[in-house]
Parts: sequence; C-alpha cells; structure tokens
Amino acid sequence: MNGWLLALLQTGLMIAAAPLLSGWVKWCKCKFQNRQGAAPWQTYRDLGKLFRKEIVVAANASTIFRIAPYIVFSVTALACSVIPLVAPNLPTSALADAIVLVGFFALGRFFLALAGMDIGTAFGGMGSSREMTISSLAEPAMLLAIFTLAMSVSSTNLSTMISALLQRPFQLYPSFIFAAMGLVLVAVAETGRIPVDNPATHLELTMVHEAMILEYCGRHLALMEWAAMIKLLLYGVLLVNLFVPWGMATSLTPPDLLVAALLLLIKLMLLGFVLAAAESGLAKMRLFRVPQLLGLAFILSLLGMLSHVILEVR
Amino acid sequence: MSFPLLTFSEQLILTLAALILFSSFLLLAQTRMIGLIHTFAWQGVLLFAATVLMASSSGHHHLFISAALTLGLKVFFIPWQLRRLVVRLDIRRSVETVGGSSLVMIAAGALTLFSYYVVLPIRELSLLATRNTIAISLAVVLIGMLMIITRRKAVAQVIGFMSMENGLFFAAVVSTYGMPMVVELGVAFDVLVAAVLFGIFFFQIRSGIGSLDVDHLNRLTEVDK
Repeated sequence: MNGWLLALLQTGLMIAAAPLLSGWVKWCKCKFQNRQGAAPWQTYRDLGKLFRKEIVVAANASTIFRIAPYIVFSVTALACSVIPLVAPNLPTSALADAIVLVGFFALGRFFLALAGMDIGTAFGGMGSSREMTISSLAEPAMLLAIFTLAMSVSSTNLSTMISALLQRPFQLYPSFIFAAMGLVLVAVAETGRIPVDNPATHLELTMVHEAMILEYCGRHLALMEWAAMIKLLLYGVLLVNLFVPWGMATSLTPPDLLVAALLLLIKLMLLGFVLAAAESGLAKMRLFRVPQLLGLAFILSLLGMLSHVILEVR
Repeated sequence: MSFPLLTFSEQLILTLAALILFSSFLLLAQTRMIGLIHTFAWQGVLLFAATVLMASSSGHHHLFISAALTLGLKVFFIPWQLRRLVVRLDIRRSVETVGGSSLVMIAAGALTLFSYYVVLPIRELSLLATRNTIAISLAVVLIGMLMIITRRKAVAQVIGFMSMENGLFFAAVVSTYGMPMVVELGVAFDVLVAAVLFGIFFFQIRSGIGSLDVDHLNRLTEVDK
C-alpha cells in the first residue's frame, strides 16, 4: 500500500516538476549568454497563461487534431509512472519495461506527427516528416543502448536494472560508458535540443517540434508544451538513474527517500547545467547532418553491446 | 551472469581497449585529413596509456620502453610527419567522400563480431584477466585493413596501415606483456622508416598521376578516352 502511494506521489511529482527543469535549463542558458534571465519558475506562469487563453481551432481540423494533445500528454504522464524516480522496486515498475517505455514515446510521437499533418499546412507536414525521420534513426540506437544494459543485468525492467546496479560493487564497465554516450545523443535528438532542433525558436524554417505544434493555441498548446517538458525530465531521470544510480533509496523509509530526492535534485540540476552549457556552445546542425549524428549514436550503442559481449562476459 | 572482480588497473585496461576500438571506428568514419591524423594520434595516446598501465601493474619494466616508443613515434613523430606532408601537399582541407559510409560502419561491426568468434579458442590459452582484449586488437587490425580497402586517398590508406600496426602492438602488450624487446625495437624502426618512405611515395604518386587518389593507378592509359 505504501509503495502504491509512493508511486502515485512520484508520478505526480514528476509531472509537476517537469516545467521547473525546463525553466532551470533556460535560466542557465540566459546566464551563459550574459542575459538577465527569467526565474526558473517562469515556465509555470507561461503554462498558466496558455491554460487561461481561449482555444482557436482551424476550420478543417479533424477530431485527431483535438484529441492529440490529450493523448500525447497522457501517454507521457503514463511513462512517468514506469521510470523509478527516487526508489526502485515500486509496484508500478512491474507495469512496463524499457521496451514498452520506448513504445509509449513512439505512440505519443505518432499522434504528434498526425496532428502536425492534420491541418494541412506546409509547416506542419514538414515538421512531422522531419520528426519521423529523426525518430526512426534514434529509436534503434536507443533500443540498442537499453539492450546493452539489459544484457548486463539480464532484465529489461528498469527498476530491476537499477536495483541490480545498486547492489553491485562499483566497477568500470566499458559497455556502460558507450551506452551512456549513445543514450545522451539519442536524448538530445528526441527531446529536440540544440544540435538537432532549437527549442527556443517559434518561426524558423528548420524547426521540427515547433513546426508540428504551430497550429495549436490555448489549452492544447499548453498540454503539448508540458508534455515536451515532461519528456525532457523523463530522459534526464532515465540517464541519471541508469548510469549514476548511487544514492537512490533502497528502503522505503522517509530519511532514505529524502536523501535520495535531494541527491536526484542535485544530479538533475547538474545535468541541466551541462545541457545549457552544451546548447550555448554548439551551433544547430544542418538537417542533413543529423543522420550522421544519430549514426554515431547507433555506433556507440553497438560498440557498447560489442564490448559487453567481448570484454565483460567470461 | 557473474562478474568476477577485477583490479582497478585491469578495469582501466578493458575500458581503454574499448576506447581504442572506438577510435578505430572514428578513423573509419573520419573524412577530413587533419581530423584523421588527430584521431590517429589519439589512438596512440590510448595505446600509450594502456601500455603504461600494463607495465606498472605487471612489473614488466621493459614495457615502459615500449610505452615511451609509442609516445614518441605514434603520438608525436608520425602524426607530425603526416601533418607536415598534408600541409606541403596542400590537401589540408580536402574532404574524402567514403562511399556508403554507413555500410562500411556496419561492416566494421561485423568484423568485430567475426574477430570475437575467431579469437574464442585462442583466448583460452592466456591466463591474464585482460585476455579478452585479443579480440579487440584483432578487430582493430581488421578495421585498419577495411580502411585501406575503402579509402582511395593514399594518406588515409597509410593511416589505416599504421592503425593495423597499433592493433598488433596492443595485442602483444595486453596478452603476453609485449613482444621481445628486439622485435619491438625492430617494428618501431620499421614503422618509422615506413612513415618516411610513404612521404616520399606521396610525392612520387602525385607527380606521376597528378593526384593522391590511387584509383587513378587502375587506368592503363595516360589520357582519358
């Protein structure tokens, strides 16, 4: 019972805290660019403003356009319940494993792309086709990286993976290093961060995510943007908890959980800082160079798997 | 699946082995000449680190001499020599298009798997904890060979050849604490001479066919038909 409560609590916390991470990254970026920068909780105000605005829908919009924001948001929220946040072995982790998680992301993306094409504007279609191209290249790399981890702990369940890693004495695993690098590149592509897509843009020929949600406004737009923020947090938590799991609560006692939550906060803040630094230092890549970047991600994940098979199994 | 505990230096050597394999993949994917030379130098650095670790953890002090040779030749002298050549031949910025680069990468992955299966019976002979790296070094050798096959520019082919030698050297260091000193000195000297000779060859090839693209050597006539 306690576990269920905690699982619900952590899912709610993840959904509620997602805008904070986005705001933190934005704030860090502003500081890097010598700008004043709005407070990290500005994203909540933006979302609130969008929720209060009225909805205008194009005349030729179909039902898909109307229901897509709800589907995208709920699928992303459902994914939150699968990923262990502060403690592994919660009852919700038995719902789905890492492959289903990738499936959740794919489902959300499918409806996002459909919604982009629904109105029939050139921008939406362009954004959808780009998103699908990028994700078709990113998904195999992500699955390979996850399989590398799964092979080394003999399970595809995220929570089993993390608790197995926590129990093991610390060792350098070459396969983990490569899988982490591959997953970082995939995360950058999937969450639409800078070398692949510019999250700060609203009208630019090369945008991907913004192009698909260009026709949305009001509550719909708020849900879409919130879902994107949750996705960023999801990938952040996934990276942090899979590759730096130390400090996660092994028992469900309040002091343990508190320490774990604090450590996670510090790790995520560090990750956000690194992301902001990378985004300020890098230029956006040409769209036709993106397959090369994702090819690199795939090769890294493949090398991770190979080095696991060759070097670590005996 | 059990993970026997390794000492920290052994873990580091395994990680370095994986990184050396990664640098081989990078060499294969790199299209710019200067980038290629720098990647080769980094592979030398990794090799140097692995040799030093092996020398200090095993107590075979002659490995320090090999490490010093690696540092001097593969990290500084050969890259410097190649870089000078590239500058003098004025191909610094030349970009080589590798046909079907993703196909080549997949081939490299397949070669790695192949070398793993080939090495399976051999690695039973070694008792070292780092014996698994034999497969990695064989893969580095094979990927160097793949690079010679797929590249058309002579400089890239020479780098492929040198990285093959890197693979052999790594295999010797990690599986048997290095070759006898005489052999090692001989090989190092050979590589040194090869680097100088290749430089002369580049100029010969260029003055002969007007390009460093060795595909032109396949033609029998001097004028295009």
